[in-house]
Amino acid sequence: MTIVDPGAAAAAPPAATGGDAPTTDDLGEARPLRADVWRRFRRNKLAMVGLVFILLLLLAAIFAPLITPYDITDRTQSFRAPPSSEHWFGTDAIGRDVYSRVIFGARVSLRIGILATVLSLLIGVSLGAIAGFFSGWSDTVISRIIDVFLAIPYIVLAVAIATVFGKSENSVILVLGLTGWLAMARIVRSSFLSLKNLEYVEAAHALGFSRARIMFRHILPNALQPIIVYGTIAVGSAILAEAALSYLSVGPQDPTPAWGLMVSQGKGLLSNAPHLLFFPGAAIFLTVLAFVFVGDGLRDALDPKLK
Amino acid sequence: MTSYIIRRLLLIIPTVFLALSFLFFLFFLLPGDPASLLAGGENRVVDPGVVERINDRYGLDDPILVQFKDYWARTVQWDLGESFLNRRSVNDILGEKAVNSLRLGIWAIIIEIIVGISVGILSAIRRYSIGDRLTTILTAAASAVPVFVLGFVLQYLFAVQPNKQGWPDWARLRTSGLGPDTWTLFFIPTGEQWRYLILPAVTLACVSTALAARMTRGSMLEVLRADYMRTAKAKGLSERSVVVKHGLRNAMLPVVTLIGIDFGTVIGAAILTETTFSWPGLGSEIANAVSARDLPVLLGLTLAVVIAYALINLVVDVSYAFFDPRIRLGKGGQS
Repeated sequence: MTIVDPGAAAAAPPAATGGDAPTTDDLGEARPLRADVWRRFRRNKLAMVGLVFILLLLLAAIFAPLITPYDITDRTQSFRAPPSSEHWFGTDAIGRDVYSRVIFGARVSLRIGILATVLSLLIGVSLGAIAGFFSGWSDTVISRIIDVFLAIPYIVLAVAIATVFGKSENSVILVLGLTGWLAMARIVRSSFLSLKNLEYVEAAHALGFSRARIMFRHILPNALQPIIVYGTIAVGSAILAEAALSYLSVGPQDPTPAWGLMVSQGKGLLSNAPHLLFFPGAAIFLTVLAFVFVGDGLRDALDPKLK
Repeated sequence: MTSYIIRRLLLIIPTVFLALSFLFFLFFLLPGDPASLLAGGENRVVDPGVVERINDRYGLDDPILVQFKDYWARTVQWDLGESFLNRRSVNDILGEKAVNSLRLGIWAIIIEIIVGISVGILSAIRRYSIGDRLTTILTAAASAVPVFVLGFVLQYLFAVQPNKQGWPDWARLRTSGLGPDTWTLFFIPTGEQWRYLILPAVTLACVSTALAARMTRGSMLEVLRADYMRTAKAKGLSERSVVVKHGLRNAMLPVVTLIGIDFGTVIGAAILTETTFSWPGLGSEIANAVSARDLPVLLGLTLAVVIAYALINLVVDVSYAFFDPRIRLGKGGQS
């Protein structure tokens, strides 16, 4: 099953026959793998746009205090003012500068997105590796746990856990980490299932290496490609989920400039002050889209056969 | 085949049991005391006598394992309890809200199937055309836009602006609530009703439609390259019958899977869509129940959703056999 990505069509030259004929430099041998991947990645315009956007966003998040004219809690005397030269994105219902809050919001979203993904990768990769490598009862137990959690619709599960953990940034990271590992575990499990019977693994066994060493030093590096691709897209998904939780008001609370929360706060003002919803909404959309493009680009670059 | 279906139906039981039990215990960890909530709100001073009577009535003071046993004893008889908030029977709430969600969901799935599959086929046939590139970009965009943001954008374009610009009345769509609740044949909106239905239905359908289009395109591209497609063309069949008879049927398998798996996404999107459009369905009721800590409502509605989800996955697996007779259910290879 091929999942066709948006990047492929835009970047690949039109070919009457479908599949791309390998060009001569695709056949080059002695080049290091990483440079090869980067070269293929660079050719994908959408992925590059996504990457540049993410880097800019990271810079904006790091240097937020330097590029914003107001503090996130500063109140001015103009309420719900439309965008102007003084307030680029306007002001909100209690007079705070929306531009400053959106820029500071990048910190919240990126921190939650990245940390939640790291957490779910840690859980998903280790459980998936154990299930795939050992098979037997540990596989049965882990797979059943995954089935049970997948039987509960994701948002219901996340909202329920978020209510228990309290409404803060850290608890959102925990919630998304604890609910996001299911798909990752399945992917890693199936990679391990197919890799563990290969000859080099048998050779490692014969050399007397410990099972942990075989799992993480020998098999894992070969199962890395789907993990990298999924992990990139998962950062976007985590940001999207964080926005949904904030919107349903089980995420970070008011002075925190979470984008989803800002949209939620503006929801009664759609006809009078649409900018309150538009700017944070667009920030979520563009950020998630950038991660999707980069993830797709990585998939093509890492595995050109998929094209 | 029959034994396969029966085995799968039996497997649903432990899954549903474990999932619901997990939620049950999770909600006992919730901060806040349901009895004082029942007596009139978290922040009000409540007569301790009232709290005691409520605890008595709902068994909230019993040890958690006793409550757990009582919960399942009731639930297996399909008695879902009564709401902590307004004492309505959860069975009644479920019946009322499920109907509304079902109507919205049916339209979302109709849009997903018609628009998603035809866009996917067209862009696979005309690969690398402008339309195809537009499709690939739009489908990526649809997977990145938060459901509620899309909802607000549509509300702004089709309800707020028409009102400001003074468009004719029929062109102003409604953004909030169920509307007059007039339906033909259960799900076809009648009279004014369609103006209330159309925006939430499109919003709900958007993410799934994009996924379906993407999946159809990919699957179709693979099928179009197959040898039997060349054979079909070589024996002089028209382009249309090659694509429809030989291509489509083979390309549909992954798409059917997707539509089934995607049901979970639809439910998640439904919570956001229904909240955004104040559509009185299961999704907005679940969201309310969570924020009000209305445990019986939450568990009851989730139970219904989890069972529906499991049954739909079963239907999807069985429909494989219909789309691909090579698949024999229940014999070998099925994990």
